[in-house]
Amino acid sequence: MSTEERKGQDTSSRQTRGAVGDQRLESAAQPVAPAVEAAQQVELTINGQAVEAWEGMTLLQAAQSVGIFIPTLCHHKELSDYGACRLCSVEVIRGRRSRIVASCLYPVEDGIEVLTESEKVVKHRKTILELIQTRWPWVDKELLEKYGAQPGRFEEKTDFCILCGLCVRYCSEVKKADCLGFVGRGAQRQVVIYPERAIELCYKCDGGKMGCRSVCPTGTIPNEFAHTGPRFGKKLPLAYPVKSYNEDNAREVLQTVGDWRMPWVRSQTMPGK
Amino acid sequence: MAKLKSLLDLEELRKSIVAARDPSKLCITICSGTGCHAYASEKVAEAFSSEIEQRGLSGKIDLRRTGCHGFCERGPIVVIFPDEICYLSVKPEDVSEIVSETLIHKKIVERLLYVGDDGKPISNENDIPFYKSQIRIVFGDNRLIDPQSIEDYLALGGYAALAKALFEMTPEEVIEVIKKSNLRGRGGGGFPAGIKWETTRNAPGDAKYVIVNADEGDPGAYMDRSLLEGNPHSVLEGLIIGAYAIGANQGYVYVRQEYPLAVDNVSVAIDQMRELGLLGEKILGTGFDFDIIVHRGAGAFVSGESSALMTAIEGRVGEPRPKYVRTAVSGIHGRPSNLNNVETWANVPLIIKHGADWFRGVGTEGSKGTKIFSLVGKVKHTGLVEVPMGMPLREIIYDIGGGIRDNKKFKAVQTGGPSGGVIPESLLNLPVDFDELSKAGSMMGSGGMIVMDEDTCVVDVARYFLNFLADESCGKCIPCREGIQQMLVVLNRICEGNGTDDDLEILTDLGDMMRDCSLCALGQTAPNPVLSTIQYFREEYEEHIKNHRCPAGVCKELINYYIDPEKCQACMICMRNCPVGAIEGGKNIVHVIMQEKCTKCGTCLEVCPPRFSAVSKLSGVEIPEVAAGGIKVR
Repeated sequence: MSTEERKGQDTSSRQTRGAVGDQRLESAAQPVAPAVEAAQQVELTINGQAVEAWEGMTLLQAAQSVGIFIPTLCHHKELSDYGACRLCSVEVIRGRRSRIVASCLYPVEDGIEVLTESEKVVKHRKTILELIQTRWPWVDKELLEKYGAQPGRFEEKTDFCILCGLCVRYCSEVKKADCLGFVGRGAQRQVVIYPERAIELCYKCDGGKMGCRSVCPTGTIPNEFAHTGPRFGKKLPLAYPVKSYNEDNAREVLQTVGDWRMPWVRSQTMPGK
Repeated sequence: MAKLKSLLDLEELRKSIVAARDPSKLCITICSGTGCHAYASEKVAEAFSSEIEQRGLSGKIDLRRTGCHGFCERGPIVVIFPDEICYLSVKPEDVSEIVSETLIHKKIVERLLYVGDDGKPISNENDIPFYKSQIRIVFGDNRLIDPQSIEDYLALGGYAALAKALFEMTPEEVIEVIKKSNLRGRGGGGFPAGIKWETTRNAPGDAKYVIVNADEGDPGAYMDRSLLEGNPHSVLEGLIIGAYAIGANQGYVYVRQEYPLAVDNVSVAIDQMRELGLLGEKILGTGFDFDIIVHRGAGAFVSGESSALMTAIEGRVGEPRPKYVRTAVSGIHGRPSNLNNVETWANVPLIIKHGADWFRGVGTEGSKGTKIFSLVGKVKHTGLVEVPMGMPLREIIYDIGGGIRDNKKFKAVQTGGPSGGVIPESLLNLPVDFDELSKAGSMMGSGGMIVMDEDTCVVDVARYFLNFLADESCGKCIPCREGIQQMLVVLNRICEGNGTDDDLEILTDLGDMMRDCSLCALGQTAPNPVLSTIQYFREEYEEHIKNHRCPAGVCKELINYYIDPEKCQACMICMRNCPVGAIEGGKNIVHVIMQEKCTKCGTCLEVCPPRFSAVSKLSGVEIPEVAAGGIKVR
């Protein structure tokens, strides 16, 4: 589905939305180009190519502005950056010092040299992809091949949710609804739906389609709450772990929600597709 | 007490406090730090107080509950001034004897003294080897003052540094002195405090904050705790001086909820300061306003990370955020915020009082001053030690710590808490400072120092720390969350004897990636225990993987207990003590361990009489077959 079509569809369903739906996705958009005219211009090199950018831009934005591809996962141009997946890590060299930074958050600086595919970056990105794959087995094949990921190096613990936080940020920043959030720490961290809010708000969200599902790269979020308005009188547990959904559910969700914004994660190799 | 409205008021008050005290008067000080408190020091204190009353000595003898002295292993510690006679491991039963002998008849109770290796008792606290090589500029006042008494602190010259800063120095001069002293952050990173202060001062914004980081959470480390419990005013004085230099009017003390005594003492101290006008509006009659809020942490290790701590103060979940823009520029509520840990702040009044050159007189090229370490593990004398930067590890462990307990062999020392590294014997002469430790693959951290003997398995140690970090990682970024978990999977596999040849490479790959790519310092340093043990003890990992042998005999899956039929005297002791009934045999019948039933608790090894020593621990070898019940003892 092209962007235009998607936008058209969004508009058509606008009338059916309740209070939550009023906040349009576009309104949260962050400018890729400088917002202020007076922003200072900086010059840097990315992979040897001279790039002009404005102060306040991130490395990722600067790279994208000249068509250099950096893989991302938890980044969404219309949501605030979160810096959790580290897939967009790049090497920044200033003088003799080199460090690895998350390009989605690192502000551009004058005179720095950026390497998006240095030996170190490629090696780390491979490891990160392998780690993502332990949770979500269907990471895009091309990307895996590009970085030479060896599936099966780590123990699999498939639970579909890769904790990218896109749904949480979408719900709070775009919808201002805060129906979703993280609970737990470390290995126990998970995304949950807060039923007392969800039951009131989710069925109205994006015309009953629940917008969070459309940003989820793994299709883990069930559409259960779209059908659980007060009128359905369903009883719900207190906190609803998103990841409790099994493989069949994930597959079904992926097939029914076609509104993809993260095409690379969805793999052609996915079973049943 | 009336509010102090000028420098003169402060000095008058100090004079009146000092004048009312007689330095030759007998004073019993009882360490009431957390360590001694756990040894029931309060009961000892109560016993002293009732004993003094019963003997009609009230008024003639002072009784003071002080902060931690450091020699926690031998608590409760009682020191009697002015002769500084130090009694160790004092019990309430000993009190009556101490009062009648020492306080009335001026005799020393020898059995409570420290006894040196040569068998000679030592009475003066400062002569005990544990204290002798220490330089206790920061920690030394702990033993002299009651932490809940601001008079005690003032009597020792407290708040004179603040007065000096406020009345004789401009904020820029204060920063200049701190910069010149090269005071580096004692919380782990070792960032120069003066430069951080300057950045915060120069950052745009009206409202600025200064913060004490007292969220010390490393297993086995408690130096910040003891300092805040024992001498809260020294930390708070440093904080006010910092606030004055930086231009902040609001300070925070972020202290762990799990440190109730520290919370109490710091809150009492703040109330006393407000009462005296050392906090609030127009401090000491100057135009400088400042106040402090105590913020209690909710039990997350990661909240000790500066950005996570600031997020927590804002009232949100304590998760780190990227620090590409420094917290000195954008911290609490996006405002310039300067965070230093407890020990760093406590150094500030000393530097202001004595000058930068005095401070630089101790230490190494890159690290000046002293550092407090919590010396724990398998050393003879555990406790808190303050040593000059650059003291070799060997001196700390052998001269101060007294060497390894039970005459075992030294194996390694872990510095810097869970994210630090393990340092082997070959590096024992390493001078301890920020740069040398990180060169060795470890770090200063906040000053944890865990000594390990030959019975420690380094793979198991790495696994222990990773286990801790797996629970304490906030779980936000993939390298840290998934990396730690996968490292644990591999380490568990190795400890269980299922390691593969690729495992070391997997661990190194993961470790390198975590070090470079993690969001915050917790993730970046999390692989240190693993990487440093692989670096220095690679052969021990290989033993586990290739020969399924745990050289230290720790990893349960790789060891077996075995009774040598030649040595067994069929005494039935191990049989009776085995909690799972895994030993067969009988009177006059050699005992045999049923391996499939054995839970490897080691009880049989412990209880087998040393004159027989028939039970042994095997690892990496076949268990010799012994027919159960077949052999009679000759």
